[in-house]
Amino acid sequence: MNSDLPNTHEHDHQAVPSDAALRVKALESLLVEKGLVDRTALDALVDAYEHKIGPRNGARVVARAWSDPAYKQRLLSNADAAIAEMGYGGFQGEHMVVVENSAKVHNLVVCTLCSCYPWPVLGLPPVWYKSAPYRSRAVIDPRGVLREFGLELPEDLEVRVWDSTAEVRYLVLPERPAGTEGMNEEALAALVTRDAMVGVGKVSLSKVVSAS
Amino acid sequence: MNSVHDMGGMDGMGPIIEEKNEPVFHNEWEGRIFAMNLAMGAWRKWNIDASRHARELIPPAEYLRMSYYEKWLAGLIELIVKSELVTRGEIESTTPTAGSVKAVPALNAEQAMARIAAGIPAKRNVDVPARFKVGQRVRTRNMHPVRHTRLPRYARGRFGTINRDHGVFVFPDTNAHFLGEKPQHVYSVCFAARELWGARAEEKDSVHVDLWDEYLEPA
Repeated sequence: MNSDLPNTHEHDHQAVPSDAALRVKALESLLVEKGLVDRTALDALVDAYEHKIGPRNGARVVARAWSDPAYKQRLLSNADAAIAEMGYGGFQGEHMVVVENSAKVHNLVVCTLCSCYPWPVLGLPPVWYKSAPYRSRAVIDPRGVLREFGLELPEDLEVRVWDSTAEVRYLVLPERPAGTEGMNEEALAALVTRDAMVGVGKVSLSKVVSAS
Repeated sequence: MNSVHDMGGMDGMGPIIEEKNEPVFHNEWEGRIFAMNLAMGAWRKWNIDASRHARELIPPAEYLRMSYYEKWLAGLIELIVKSELVTRGEIESTTPTAGSVKAVPALNAEQAMARIAAGIPAKRNVDVPARFKVGQRVRTRNMHPVRHTRLPRYARGRFGTINRDHGVFVFPDTNAHFLGEKPQHVYSVCFAARELWGARAEEKDSVHVDLWDEYLEPA
């Protein structure tokens, strides 16, 4: 297997199917022929993570927590049940903890050992979250990492990094931005970004902070 | 194992590149290998810890060069060959061995959706005593197993405080090698950033790591 590992130059000649694409196609055919996978199951899984399970789920959870203090309390004390109330849960989000940002504390989530991420509420992780630069530096230099995302934190703010080394998945409850007092949950949810729920962004009325 | 997957605290990996409007999958094959990993898991020939370990076994230089889903491809091949669902020869020839038994039935679409909706909880409802309580000072063991572990190198032999008891969970160090679930408490342990990184860290900052009972000793 190691003699024909895919090279990294596939983006240089996109017209030709990459080695990985060919190998995956061959593997799928083999597994189907052996009766080990059903193509319709693969189609359904791809569709679910492309279209149904993504950061809009988490944004609705955050917007509700901002709008409903009792819900927020339930979310912070028993995230599994509170997230299930919104209809979310399942694979890679079986055991959830929500950590709250405030004027004094900023939370940042990473998985240094692999790429653990709360799939039911955020969907599949972006490439940067799974990449060596983020995984290596988030724990040793969180402020430098946040600066790269355009977030300069005051020195007196406490930064708490959460390394997802076990089966607990973390979601950051960002601070509700000023000027959103009259907004309903739907409008609030539209402001909440994936980055803010990982802790590498803040929610702002203009969404400028999360745009990289 | 002390390999490059355990990268917390390393320097020199370059800038973080955030892609605007990033698609969930960049190419069709990424979605297919992702879904194959999930669907093949339903045969219950391995567990999540074994699948993580399969990816950790990728040699370091290759691990760093490969994309995430290339690792999932390499990991899945490792798992299906080791568990004898597929032979190395079948992978190379991309054809089932003549006369090989066809497995039935594979997970269908409805079952696949039910599987991700239900999840695969790692928590176990068994009565295992907690050796530590919230607020207690602990020290992580200075251990360097050659097999799978979830105690990162940067947090070994360090002092911290139990911040939260998450309950009783499957122990990856044994489960990854099919040596039993050995359920035990998992705690969120709070380390002062300076305990881990010295003067390079800010005084107020902290790193919280989820650690199994067996990784800890009283301070």
